Amino acid sequence: MERIELDYPAKKKVSNGAHIGVVGSGDLEVLLEPTDGETAHVSIRTSVDGFGATWKAVLDRFFAKYEGAVRIQINDAGATPGGVQLRLEQAAEVSEQ
Amino acid sequence: MSNLPSISNFISRQSFIELDARERAIALFDEGTSRELVGPFDRIESPWLAMQDVTPQEDDGCVVMKGKIGGQAAVVIALEGAFQGGSLGEVSGGKMAAALTLASADNEKGVSTSAVVLLETGGVRLQEANLGEAAIAEIMASILVLRRHAPVICLTAGTVGCFGGMSLAAGLCSYVVMTRESRLGMNGPEVIEQESGVDEFDSKDHALIWAIDGGEQRYATGLADALVEDDIPQIADAIRNLVLKGPPPVYRSSQVELYRSRIAALDTSRQWDPKELRALWSTKDSTEEKQ
Repeated sequence: MERIELDYPAKKKVSNGAHIGVVGSGDLEVLLEPTDGETAHVSIRTSVDGFGATWKAVLDRFFAKYEGAVRIQINDAGATPGGVQLRLEQAAEVSEQ
Repeated sequence: MSNLPSISNFISRQSFIELDARERAIALFDEGTSRELVGPFDRIESPWLAMQDVTPQEDDGCVVMKGKIGGQAAVVIALEGAFQGGSLGEVSGGKMAAALTLASADNEKGVSTSAVVLLETGGVRLQEANLGEAAIAEIMASILVLRRHAPVICLTAGTVGCFGGMSLAAGLCSYVVMTRESRLGMNGPEVIEQESGVDEFDSKDHALIWAIDGGEQRYATGLADALVEDDIPQIADAIRNLVLKGPPPVYRSSQVELYRSRIAALDTSRQWDPKELRALWSTKDSTEEKQ
């Protein structure tokens, strides 16, 4: 298991939290919580070691569009980059409902 | 219940099996009455998994919800089969045992509260072996206390099924509800094959596994009380009916003589066909009240 921490600038206040997914094979769990301040922090725990650059690329792409001030916890059980992206977008969508 | 569902029913059904543990729990309550206790944002996860390089889940694969079923107070405890095979660890097992104990406390205070346990599990979590075993023992003790007050209903919908120590917990429940897709058994097929050889049980033979452990066979031999389709409204109805029915007059686990005599009368020198067992152990021989 590898731990990865990433930070991004944020502008927008988020009103609700969101919990998405399951730590099941090929899937992941995303917990999104609003925070005060102007940063977003992402903590990742993944069962597959050695993919730090790929995680950063996926999160860079997500935060290129997303501006919420949030704390995101990802518990991953080997999801594909595309699956991670979809789960993040799903969490963002649920937090706006 | 041998009629297969019509194709149009099959297509229009709302699958329960495709839901995750949290969605399954919500689906059983009267609409809008459920609230989660000790949810993922409380971050009570297993302290042991990360030490062993296994990614934990924030709710430890056990969802506890309180609400109303058929207008009566109820707690639903759902195991997430996709996380570590729904296995019981210190936290997930502790959550289930505590929820059942609190339901008993509510009953003793005069608030009738039944429990529904959604068992999709291989039993104890090997990474937390002793703590998991202790938790399962606590769960079984809690079921025995609670079932005197109100029904404790086991629902095994699939596709993991219910095996290991938790199959014993299922056996203590007031009622067992299964689908054709689900399985219930003490030792899983792979364990039997590993211990006694492929001649004893071929774990690759799915037809054989379901013919023995499957919901249809368990129902036909009186080891399950209801066989339901994989359909949300039908499953929710079956659970509501059992909640409103109250505790059964006789428990399966107290019919020791009946089950001992069944095993004693069986000629184990030859291979039995699962269909023969249905004829031999048909539900009508059981003294239990049927739906």
